[in-house]
Amino acid sequence: MPAELTRILPQSVPLSWYLILSAILFSLGVAGFLFRRNIITVFMSIELMLNAVNLTFVAFSYHLKQVDGHIFSFFVMVVAAAEAAVGLAIILTVFKNRSTLEIDEVNSMKL
Amino acid sequence: MHHLWLIPAFPLAGFLINGIAGRRMPKTAVNIAAVGSVLLSFLWVLKVLAGLGSLEDAYIERYFTWIQSGFVNVSFDFAVDRLTAVMLMIVTGIGLIIHIYATGYMSHEGGYYRFFSFMNLFMFFMLTLVLGANYLVLFVGWEGVGLCSYLLIGFYFLKKSAGDAGKKAFIVNRIGDFGFSLAMFLIMVTFGSLDFGQVFAKAQPMAVEHQAGTVTLICILLMVGAAGKSAQLPLYVWLPDAMEGPTPVSALIHAATMVTAGVYMVARSAPLFNHAPIALDVVAVAGLLTAVMSATIGLTQYDIKKVFAYSTVSQLGYMFLGLGVGAYSAGIFHVMTHAFFKALLFLGAGSVIHALSGEQDLRMMGGLRKKIPVTFITLVCAAVAIAGVPPFSGFMSKDAILLSAHHHHPWMYWVGVITAGMTAFYVFRAIFMCFFGAYRGSAHPHESPVSMTGPLAILALLSLGGGYFNVPQYLEPMFGGQHAPHETTLVLISVMAGAAGILLAFLFYVIKPGLADGLSRAFGPVYRLVYDKYRVDELYDATVVHPIRDGSRLLLWRGFDVGVIDGVVNGAGSVARLIGGGLRHMQSGYIRRYAAWVVVGAIVLLAAAAGMGGQR
Repeated sequence: MPAELTRILPQSVPLSWYLILSAILFSLGVAGFLFRRNIITVFMSIELMLNAVNLTFVAFSYHLKQVDGHIFSFFVMVVAAAEAAVGLAIILTVFKNRSTLEIDEVNSMKL
Repeated sequence: MHHLWLIPAFPLAGFLINGIAGRRMPKTAVNIAAVGSVLLSFLWVLKVLAGLGSLEDAYIERYFTWIQSGFVNVSFDFAVDRLTAVMLMIVTGIGLIIHIYATGYMSHEGGYYRFFSFMNLFMFFMLTLVLGANYLVLFVGWEGVGLCSYLLIGFYFLKKSAGDAGKKAFIVNRIGDFGFSLAMFLIMVTFGSLDFGQVFAKAQPMAVEHQAGTVTLICILLMVGAAGKSAQLPLYVWLPDAMEGPTPVSALIHAATMVTAGVYMVARSAPLFNHAPIALDVVAVAGLLTAVMSATIGLTQYDIKKVFAYSTVSQLGYMFLGLGVGAYSAGIFHVMTHAFFKALLFLGAGSVIHALSGEQDLRMMGGLRKKIPVTFITLVCAAVAIAGVPPFSGFMSKDAILLSAHHHHPWMYWVGVITAGMTAFYVFRAIFMCFFGAYRGSAHPHESPVSMTGPLAILALLSLGGGYFNVPQYLEPMFGGQHAPHETTLVLISVMAGAAGILLAFLFYVIKPGLADGLSRAFGPVYRLVYDKYRVDELYDATVVHPIRDGSRLLLWRGFDVGVIDGVVNGAGSVARLIGGGLRHMQSGYIRRYAAWVVVGAIVLLAAAAGMGGQR
């Protein structure tokens, strides 16, 4: 990074901003998970929470000048991809069997 | 190597053959396996003893280390010394004779092969017992013969009384064995070994305990074991009941061999007992009391086997008297002569019972001397031997014991003499009631086959002449000389007591048969008390059996088992159900509800962490 640019943006964005953004994203995810009733939306809320966590990881990684956070976020991405594949497959099957994406209709785990 | 292990191995092989294949084998084959194995064992004993010569020292064969744990080191060894040699001859010799007899006696019985496989198993354990070179191997045999005793007493297992008698014998013996086990633990702790040679070598330099000490405790515990196995006060009650078994079993196990195991064990432990005079006195007094008490019971019984059973208890008491006054060799001598004449008495009684098709009540016999002459003559031989008529075997051994008793404490001699008189009386009472007068029963008596009369004849010869095997002299080097001065007066007195007993029996049961009944009526309450065996069984029932049974039922079963154990198990179950019943409301089945619980949990955790952080 050129020295001039460093002077203009000495602190760039402070760490706390990233964390606040991440917290907001995470809370949105939680709220979506809790209050939306479409399974697809719930599923996307989970992705949102995962990405909020990723953002935290990357922010800390940048702040601490360590690569660990990057590596963690890659792991999270891999897991998220796998989860997306499995989760979408489950959702497809549920829809085939129940003809609904209403999450409260899928309650046969109850005793 | 003289291959001592072959001696018990032959009967074990017989047991396995008859036990596994006996059911499908013809009777002749069962006989060959059963009697042949004991015969081989007997011959091997003869060969080994001939090969070992005079046996100045013990001959030991070490086979393998059995238990090695910390300071406990027990190996599986067999040893032969003079004491073992005498016992080996008794066990295999008498065992062989009784096996031959049993082939005749049991010929009409069901479970023929089972009977002989148990008999062979008994021989195996009994030989292990006398051959063992340490207390633990002895104990293996000791428990094994107890097992066989149980199996054979309960041989007629369809009869409830036989099963009960077997259980009684087993359980009463457990009490004795508990004492024996404690004694072994103490020996292990005190001497660091169970090997006879090592224990006695370490005991040798110790001081004689005139005050009670460890060795005294060990010896008294050993005596508790011996009292169980050899039917001494207060544990003798199982032996009379053991007569439920077939008669050859009574002869072999409950007269000639197994019940003398206690005598053998005490004699074997003589180096320990010599250091504990108090324990020796306990042995002598227990023996003497048992001898008197059971002799008086024997006076009144009508079951021919019961008479001889109480006689056995009484004679075992004599043996312990001999041991207790330090005359170990005399005690073992009496073991041998007793094996001869008591085996003969039982086998003769078996022959009578066989002749009368199962009748055992003396009141239903009488006048049999013409009908079964061989049985009669041989039984008389046994009777004169046990009554102490000189010069027959019982006289020799009983006199050796009585003289030593007099040397120790004169009053013991006098009690012993009175017992000898009673012995002569009850044995001849049985003889006279059985063979004289008029026949009172209804069966058709017939003489027994040669397989039974042959053994009777051999045992009769041994009973008459067995006293000339000079066992005391043979054993003297082992036990040291305990020379009681030979006092002719004392011998005469004991002979007179025996003669008086015989004459009284003759008077009561031959000349004036009504006299005995009149006398028993005159002493009504006393007579009934003795006839009821002093109600010892009832006493034990009231003081031991019932409290244990009721305690088990009320306290252990209803109280502890149902209350505590079941309570804990059921309580755990119902608590889990209670908690589950509460928690199941959380499991609504709605995924978003679960997610809400996760969020609540996360918030609680965060709040807790924040609280902790605040403190820090």
